[in-house]
Amino acid sequence: MNGSAAAAAVASSIRFSDPQIAMAHGAGGKASRRLVEGLFVPLLSGGLREALGDAARVSFGGSTVAITTDSFVVRPLRFPGGSIGELAVNGTMNDLAVSGAKGEAMVATFVLEEGLATSVLEAEIRAMAAALCAADVALVAGDTKVVERGKADGMYITTTGIGSPLSQVCVDPRSVRRGDKILLSGPIGDHGITILLARGDLDLEAELASDTRCILPLVEALARAAGPGIRWMRDPTRGGVATVLNELARDCGLGVVLEEKELPVRDQVRGACELLGLDPLHIANEGQFVAVVAPEYADAALNALRSTPGGEDACAIGEVRSEPACAVLVMTNYGGSRIVDMLIGDPLPRIC
Amino acid sequence: MRFVDEFRDPELIAKASDEIRRLSDPNRHYRFMEVCGGHTHAIYRFGLKDILPSNIELIHGPGCPVCVLPMGRIDDGLAVAKDANVVFTAFGDMMRVPGTHGSPLEHKARGVDVRIVYSPADALQLARRNPDKQIMFFAIGFETTAPSTALTLMRAKAEGVKNFSVFCNHVTIVPGIRAILDSPDMRLDAFIGPGHVSTVIGCRPYEWIARTENKPVVTSGFEPLDLLQSIVMLLRQLKAGEAKVENQYKRVVPWEGNRAALKVLAEVFQLRPYFEWRGLGFISQSALKLRDEYAEWDAERRYPIPGTRVTDPKAAQCGEVLKGVLKPAQCKLFGNKCTPEHPIGALMVSSEGSCAAYYNYEHRKAAAMASSAGSAA
Repeated sequence: MNGSAAAAAVASSIRFSDPQIAMAHGAGGKASRRLVEGLFVPLLSGGLREALGDAARVSFGGSTVAITTDSFVVRPLRFPGGSIGELAVNGTMNDLAVSGAKGEAMVATFVLEEGLATSVLEAEIRAMAAALCAADVALVAGDTKVVERGKADGMYITTTGIGSPLSQVCVDPRSVRRGDKILLSGPIGDHGITILLARGDLDLEAELASDTRCILPLVEALARAAGPGIRWMRDPTRGGVATVLNELARDCGLGVVLEEKELPVRDQVRGACELLGLDPLHIANEGQFVAVVAPEYADAALNALRSTPGGEDACAIGEVRSEPACAVLVMTNYGGSRIVDMLIGDPLPRIC
Repeated sequence: MRFVDEFRDPELIAKASDEIRRLSDPNRHYRFMEVCGGHTHAIYRFGLKDILPSNIELIHGPGCPVCVLPMGRIDDGLAVAKDANVVFTAFGDMMRVPGTHGSPLEHKARGVDVRIVYSPADALQLARRNPDKQIMFFAIGFETTAPSTALTLMRAKAEGVKNFSVFCNHVTIVPGIRAILDSPDMRLDAFIGPGHVSTVIGCRPYEWIARTENKPVVTSGFEPLDLLQSIVMLLRQLKAGEAKVENQYKRVVPWEGNRAALKVLAEVFQLRPYFEWRGLGFISQSALKLRDEYAEWDAERRYPIPGTRVTDPKAAQCGEVLKGVLKPAQCKLFGNKCTPEHPIGALMVSSEGSCAAYYNYEHRKAAAMASSAGSAA
């Protein structure tokens, strides 16, 4: 292909036509996917794309590494159960873990707002140090920038993680088959609802904490017990379980069917969701993951997760079927069912 | 979870569904309208249509305040925010509703000061904390949310908060139901009466439907068992040849309504002579405006209002869907030009709108059900 033909091919694959960037483009749902696939991928990857996973594999010099990056913007900086510094480490390590890799090294970039109290920054650096120590990962490089007051919410952190692939684990949506089981590591919605309540706009209180944690020990236990049976894993952060499973359904062309009665949701999260008209399946998590495993490995996988500290509440929530193709269906507790789509924009509470 | 789980008990639900089968005449087609958007949402969310016999058809009514708000009102509200440099506050429900030049959220992305509030009291608080800014609350909702707007206005007046105003779009439910019943292509057997609205207005305002239209009404709660029990009560009335108003939602709805709430409504609001409902047209005495005593806090009197009128795109058949003449999927735009992400008609915007509920929960389901039946066999 000559230069101008290549340029034309790129131009024709740009499908993003929204005139401006809105908050929805960062919310992890449909709009985010449209932006990435319609603008970033055509211009930066020549239009070719593998299924967009949580981390990329790069091979050179005879070895393969997994690499991923993530930015953390969260208000408030501290919340019950965690803070931005801890999230910035765990989030990136978890993206590596669900790609079947163990984090080995991390680099971090800080964007600080003029006027940020040093004590606040120090607390976040300490939180990062503790999370790095827990995940057994070294911070090997970093960068700091300061922007004018009003140009950032206190601080933003970007982290990039490099990991070594776990043996026997191959994560690929195209390997998913009809009959595969869908496993979930624990209760959903804790993080998103904790943040919503911590912002204090709602005058709601609940005894609830973010689930932020490093999930690598759980993934490693799963890999030891069911390595060859693991087809696919994701951590359901922004957009929640519904969004990652819709992406899976789309990428593998099959249907994901969930049993509502099997979905682990704490009463506090259910209560807040009922009040605000939100679906726990759309709420963000920071310490859980969803795995699709071959049916013959499902029992061993569940046992391994449940006998690992922090995995006691792991459960099977559904299975892969041929229909509804490319969609997620939830069977309700009384013989009914409903389609659950990806999140559209940010979850907005319903009042009237 | 109390007050929720007992109304989602699979055993009781199976019993209610058996009772519905027993009471319904298989040779008869039933058309019940659930008035309230909250009911529409619950019906899809819990997959209740799958449990009901196929000869019971649920028609989605006009009770979604976001859905019946004409686009011109959104344009007017946003024009005030832009031209008069006013902070536009509204419930999250409004934020993605398209105006001619985009939704409130899109205006926010362009620099208009748009903020989500969880109650009108939050908007008033914003005004107290920002005396140098003008705060406008874009009020929507039926009698459910109108009392909180009224109370907020009473407080603003008592405290003399001058930088606060209300752009009032509150509507009243009964004229909407009347318009539906007056529509010539409408054939309904009974109504599942609104739940939240009735906590304020009670059940008496529906008595004319039973008396003069000879149609049963059962005011219903929002849990699966509430809705199924309401259908049982409607079928019992139809079987006995009766038409009366019954209250299934007694744990929340008092027959006479909430007197305190009705009193504040009467103190702050008066009926407009007429108001436009999206999809239904102008309906007389169907909406509220601020009384003269509250003129100072009335955004429509404080700011120049363009008075925008927008006709819905011809291809969109929102009116027919709103009246239950067409099912959402029968509209030409459904699912192709009009989706929850890019709504053209308002019924696609709110998750309580029948098109959005249908799209979110029902779309593509038929194939799935066929397949799971096949794999079970």
